[in-house]
Amino acid sequence: MSNINLLIDIVLLTMLVFTTITIVRSRSLFAIVMLSGIYSLLSANIFVILDAVDVAFTEAAVGAGISTVLMLATIGITGYEQKKRKTISSISPMIVVIITGAVLVYGTLDMPAFTDPSAPIHQHVAPRYINDSPTEVGIPNMVTSVLASYRGYDTMGEVIVVFAALIGVLSLLGIREKKSDPIYTEPPPRPILQVMAKFMIPFIILFALYVQFHGDFGPGGGFQAGVIFSVAIILYTLTFSQQDAMKLVPPSILKRLAALGVLIYGGTGIVSLFKGGNFLDYNVLAHDPVHGQHYGILIIEFGVGLTVACVMMLIFFAFISRGDKNP
Amino acid sequence: MMSLIIDALSWACLLLGCFLGVSGAFGVFRFKDFYSRAHAASVTDTLCVFFIVAGLVLQSGFNLVTVKLIFIVVLLWLTSPVASHALIRSAYQTGLKPTLSTTRKESAKRGQS
Repeated sequence: MSNINLLIDIVLLTMLVFTTITIVRSRSLFAIVMLSGIYSLLSANIFVILDAVDVAFTEAAVGAGISTVLMLATIGITGYEQKKRKTISSISPMIVVIITGAVLVYGTLDMPAFTDPSAPIHQHVAPRYINDSPTEVGIPNMVTSVLASYRGYDTMGEVIVVFAALIGVLSLLGIREKKSDPIYTEPPPRPILQVMAKFMIPFIILFALYVQFHGDFGPGGGFQAGVIFSVAIILYTLTFSQQDAMKLVPPSILKRLAALGVLIYGGTGIVSLFKGGNFLDYNVLAHDPVHGQHYGILIIEFGVGLTVACVMMLIFFAFISRGDKNP
Repeated sequence: MMSLIIDALSWACLLLGCFLGVSGAFGVFRFKDFYSRAHAASVTDTLCVFFIVAGLVLQSGFNLVTVKLIFIVVLLWLTSPVASHALIRSAYQTGLKPTLSTTRKESAKRGQS
């Protein structure tokens, strides 16, 4: 069994290296974006083999899914080819790269062996999480309990980073809402795609909700669910039209909802302060600590999902509304 | 006896699926035209996946895993052909013409005669 894992590891890592080399050598931005999607998918596979399903899920949804779509929307604005530059000497970058690489390799010499149980990372806080999470938090998926409860501050920081990215994009680009109605023709311009999208979107949204609320029990959570939900709307935008999608989910409402998600997260912390606990201490939210933890994790995961979904949709709208033609 | 038959069937399915997958990969690399390449890739998407998952279903017996595998096949059969269609459609609309050995007029003539 471990032999076949080793074989799969070797194949995946080799493919990863070849993908990287192709990305570096290619000049077509479109190809580079697609290849980086493949890169993320390969790393997601490696994470699955390492038994890190939550990370793999996030990598597949965020890295291979939404960031590829956002990058494609970006090169829709910028153009598909890398600009030709003056050929500069390749010696000095080469020296820098070799020195940095040598330093990095030297750094790995001090690292403990892979899967060494006495490594510092397995001795610090991990044993406490693993021993106490089932009784303190009481949800089956330990990753969610670490992410949402023990490391609630860090996750709040991540949500705020996502929100800050939205503020950056909106203040730099903004969303141009087209006032004109979309042109409906008979037959529709993309009949097969539209029928298929109509069929798939409800299932995608259902799956997003499942991932959102099942995050306590299996791999999943707010980040992945938010991304999957926004993908449903992006699919609708691509197969129908931008105006239709903006009528369905108006950007003005999305902006408020994105802020509301962060507010829900922070508000949970404030409520726990008022109830006599520490900031983001869910123990005081209900009559007994374990129930409080359950409520707290559900509420903040909902906040995370809301923010991530709205931010992704808004960034996508901001990008495609800059493009000349209707996608 | 029964398990032997099921094993043999599932292995036949897996091998057939592997053969289709490998031939699809060969097609993607060896065909010259974009459209024939896309055709080779779409064979891998559908029939190859079907045979491999059918082999795995026979191996797993009837339980929750089987249902999940069947869901995967249904999802791929619905989405992969549409994805191939979208790819080829956008290629055709951006002006990539298929390389044909005969023109349209010639093939029409051949059909009549």
